[in-house]
Amino acid sequence: MTVECPTPNHEDEVVLLGHGAGGRLTAELLDQLILPALDGASGPMEDAALLPGHRELVMSTDSFVVSPLFFPGGDIGSLAVHGTVNDLAMRGAWPIALSVSLIVEEGLPLAELRTILGSLGKAAQSAGVPVVTGDTKVVGRGAADRLFVNTTGIGQRHGSLRPSAALARPGDAVLLSGPVGLHGTTVLSTREGLGFESDIASDTRPLHRLVRALAPIGGDVHVLRDPTRGGLAAALNEIARDSSVAVEIAESAVPVPEAVASACDLLGLDPLVVANEGCLVAFVAGDAAEEALAAMRSAEEGAQAVRIGEVLPDGPRGRVTLRTLVGARRIVDLPLGEQLPRIC
Amino acid sequence: MKYLDEYRDPTLARRLLDELREAATLPWRIMEVCGGQTHTLVRQGIDELLPAGMRMIHGPGCPVCVTPLETLDRAMAVAARPGVILTSFGDMLRVPGTETDLLSLRARGADVRVVYAPMDAVRLAARHPDREVVFLAVGFETTAPANATAVLYAARLGLTNFSMLVSHVLVPPAMTALLENPDCEVQAFLAAGHVCAVMGWREYEPIAARYRVPIVVTGFEPLDLLEGILMAVRQLESGRFEVENQYVRAVRRSGNTAAQDTVREVFRVTDRAWRGIGALPDSGLELAEKYRQFDATRRFDVGGLCPVEDAECIAGAILTGAKLPTDCTAYGTRCTPRHPLGAPMVSSEGTCAAFHAAGRAPASVRSTT
Repeated sequence: MTVECPTPNHEDEVVLLGHGAGGRLTAELLDQLILPALDGASGPMEDAALLPGHRELVMSTDSFVVSPLFFPGGDIGSLAVHGTVNDLAMRGAWPIALSVSLIVEEGLPLAELRTILGSLGKAAQSAGVPVVTGDTKVVGRGAADRLFVNTTGIGQRHGSLRPSAALARPGDAVLLSGPVGLHGTTVLSTREGLGFESDIASDTRPLHRLVRALAPIGGDVHVLRDPTRGGLAAALNEIARDSSVAVEIAESAVPVPEAVASACDLLGLDPLVVANEGCLVAFVAGDAAEEALAAMRSAEEGAQAVRIGEVLPDGPRGRVTLRTLVGARRIVDLPLGEQLPRIC
Repeated sequence: MKYLDEYRDPTLARRLLDELREAATLPWRIMEVCGGQTHTLVRQGIDELLPAGMRMIHGPGCPVCVTPLETLDRAMAVAARPGVILTSFGDMLRVPGTETDLLSLRARGADVRVVYAPMDAVRLAARHPDREVVFLAVGFETTAPANATAVLYAARLGLTNFSMLVSHVLVPPAMTALLENPDCEVQAFLAAGHVCAVMGWREYEPIAARYRVPIVVTGFEPLDLLEGILMAVRQLESGRFEVENQYVRAVRRSGNTAAQDTVREVFRVTDRAWRGIGALPDSGLELAEKYRQFDATRRFDVGGLCPVEDAECIAGAILTGAKLPTDCTAYGTRCTPRHPLGAPMVSSEGTCAAFHAAGRAPASVRSTT
């Protein structure tokens, strides 16, 4: 018998978990497969889309597959409301209606489903958005993992707020509404039983009131984005790319809670790529930055808002650089699509 | 923040850099052995702030990178078997084997799981008596005690469905091999703090004396590295060649003797092939005879393996510090974290991954801009 050595090659013709992680792999899947098939419009990928023929309305949809279903600070029910409310808010919109679709695996205890829907209802109520339609499907054991939730939302834009990922301009200040890394590290440590759970909770919360606080600044608010999957690194890279500008942030200015820093150190993660569900980045015209910061801090969700960087007058377009603690500069790249599946 | 912020203080960092610029009068070449240190250096850009002419040479201390291709191919052949749960640290999953990687294998149905501690793999085996649970045990002296403890735990539970694919490596033989190379440029070493937390530094004393090379046991935070580099430079400038300890908050000269005893109980020293470097005598650990029933190599006959390295990858030169990732013709083009040709582009401790994550441009690009 002769043994033939095969030619080395990389097998990537099947979907990998990384394709759903919001990083480079996700972008490839969108650009090469999904958008071409849907004849998708070119242009920046926004958190919510404008509705054709209705200038004031935006729409967004999101599916939630987080595991575990319950985690410190929230559960899949509240997360499903906050996620879509926040996507609408990032286009400067106030949520006016939500739909909720459930895909339930046979065998899920009714008590858990009741708790989750109670949490979902409460989250919608406290956000002030009605759930107007929905759907429920049950699949056999093994065909889904306990419960998946989809929410779709319609929002109405505030008067002069017209933020878009393509509108960042040289001279803009980069503002961050609060600390980063809480949601991703909480879900991961809960799921893996890493023992950080007592020190840490997800930041999941609705951000539409924070965005409303920015409404008076109007057209000077150029970009809003909530750094969910792929974290701050992905959000800033998308904005730098879609606006074709050079973004620079200071490492020392980015607030990273102690428990997040410790967990990330232990797990070899970068807090900049860990998902958030309760903070946003705003790119605001330089001379409106102080007013915007004050407006953000006036809202509960933005009490810890800080300025973390700026859009450089010149510099590598489409790139994000970081001034490190010791004063050197490095590029912050789009994360590849890491091994933190199912965090939202 | 306790234990973190004080080692990341920008003002202190600048002060140490100033001291370093005052102390260094010659273009010294210092190797940081450990990939974790490489990442801090590159992430923070410390290597770019060093006094003119001085250079850090990035060492072989990336366990994922030096794991032989044959071990990876074996792990994949084992993982592809029905009934097997292959467990590993996350870094190993994307390392390219000859034909594929563990992540792709998982997407095609193999049961490959990431664990954060080897004990998790033992618990998995206890929970699934009908399955074979295999742990891919790689790493330096740092992870050996935990892996040894997992074997002892499995033995105590009487598990017959747990085994380990062991590819442990040891730091001192690798340092000696580097120093024996006539082309070696390294004039001082930063020894890996975590390895020394387990092993202490006694075994480095004969190396420092024989090769007349300063060795500073160093931690992983930005200030640790700056201080370690400064201590090495001061030795070089004054003609000393001693083993010094920068990482005093974690390392004692004798190390953690209880951990060393556990390792000696479960493993024995053996010759080991290092990916990219070659076979080094007495440079690895394998399961001792007493625990051979936990050896996955004995348990699973996977037939003949044909490991074939990518012809373009210069991982060996990267791991020995002979070349920089940016010198590689494939860096950033044919070799990226998305499509790695070699392990240093994958691991969170790999030098190529560190350079790529920090957005460092290939040499060809830098010279034209």
